[in-house]
Amino acid sequence: MEERYKKVAYYPGCALEGSGHAYNRSTKAVGEKLGLDLVEVKNWNCCGAMEVKNIDPKLQTYLSSRVMSIAAKEMGFDTVMAPCNGCYHNLKKAEYDLANDPDSVEVVDRLSKKAGHETYEAGEIETIHALDWIKQAIGEDGIRARLENSLKNLKVANYYGCMYTRPRHIFPEKDQGPDSESTTQPHFMDDLLAAAGAEIVDFPLKTSCCGGAHTLSDSDTSTKLVLNLLRAAEASGADVIATECPTCHSGLEMHQVRAEKRFGVKTSVKILYFTQLLGLALGLKPKKVGVHENISDSMAFVKEKGLA
Amino acid sequence: MRPLGDIEARIDQLGGATNPAADPAAAARELLGLGEDVLEHWIAARGGTPTAARREGFRLLALHRQGAKGEPSFNACRETCRELVYHHNLITMDPGHPDTAARLAMAALVANHLYLFVSGKMEVEQLGEFCCSSRPLHANMS
Repeated sequence: MEERYKKVAYYPGCALEGSGHAYNRSTKAVGEKLGLDLVEVKNWNCCGAMEVKNIDPKLQTYLSSRVMSIAAKEMGFDTVMAPCNGCYHNLKKAEYDLANDPDSVEVVDRLSKKAGHETYEAGEIETIHALDWIKQAIGEDGIRARLENSLKNLKVANYYGCMYTRPRHIFPEKDQGPDSESTTQPHFMDDLLAAAGAEIVDFPLKTSCCGGAHTLSDSDTSTKLVLNLLRAAEASGADVIATECPTCHSGLEMHQVRAEKRFGVKTSVKILYFTQLLGLALGLKPKKVGVHENISDSMAFVKEKGLA
Repeated sequence: MRPLGDIEARIDQLGGATNPAADPAAAARELLGLGEDVLEHWIAARGGTPTAARREGFRLLALHRQGAKGEPSFNACRETCRELVYHHNLITMDPGHPDTAARLAMAALVANHLYLFVSGKMEVEQLGEFCCSSRPLHANMS
């Protein structure tokens, strides 16, 4: 187990203060229940998300570097945890840029001086995802030892989305053997939820595109991609899809509703954050992990499964 | 090339749970071929000539590699292609397996995802770019 992951800087990012509020709530609740310390990064800013990155990638690098600078230099942390796939991905990308691209280093230094904070330098902090955090700080045995409410009645399809593992060169710690995460067949969520008692189904689209980036510009394509994911999850026997990305999660929930309205196809698979499922397994009440805040109503479902 | 709309319709037909394929191995081979057709569209639309080569024994994987050249965000469908190959192998190596009908239905869903991603990307090129973000990364790494 990684002792240093027991107290980490926490970077929720914008989505977790908005549409992904339930992810924020459940992440904090699970951390508290597991005795893990999350210290929110002071005065954090947007990671650059897709809007900035697609127009000026170096500005995105700067924005992400500022978050890492505050966490490392002002707060003294060696690890920052970002539960949002977009934030996690962007901080990793910034780290890669600053280690490999002198132009990015120059831009970040110039903007940091202008903004009045110390320039972040590659290697000063490690960015991890919520999955790394729980897997490495607590592990499967730790989950099993703390289990109060097994997920044994649940068949779960784990959906990782596309940003958690791609592009693989910005995740040098992955694909490093059996204990590390895989960029082609990620399994950390499978491992943790299986330890919580869930039956994990084979889900061949676990890293496929959800069309999240085109929800507004090409809604029908996004809806069809999500509908296909939902149908595949149901075909694999799952009664719930576990997510670890607020963009994917919101997209799955919203397009599940839209698919019924637009294409007349109803799917009944439930969509819950992996932190919500873990929280329930650890004995937390559904409201404590924000099940009531999801778009799709899963309160009756968790009660029916004996988790409330 | 077979029109994209026809590809979508045929994938749907092959995956229809109410119409189980009489010859599942043939259906699995056809789904693999439909995946190749989808990738041919992508490559041709970008001015390329679809390769006849194989990678790890499969033209689908060679076509994916060709389609991703200079377009790293196309890797967002790399695992989808590999899953289609995997399901093809599961079905063709043991067509009498009790799970074959379910495997074929899943193979059709995987092929459909490939179709949706690629055809969607042909409409809106940036599909998958936020996710992989590889283009801006590499564009500035000369």
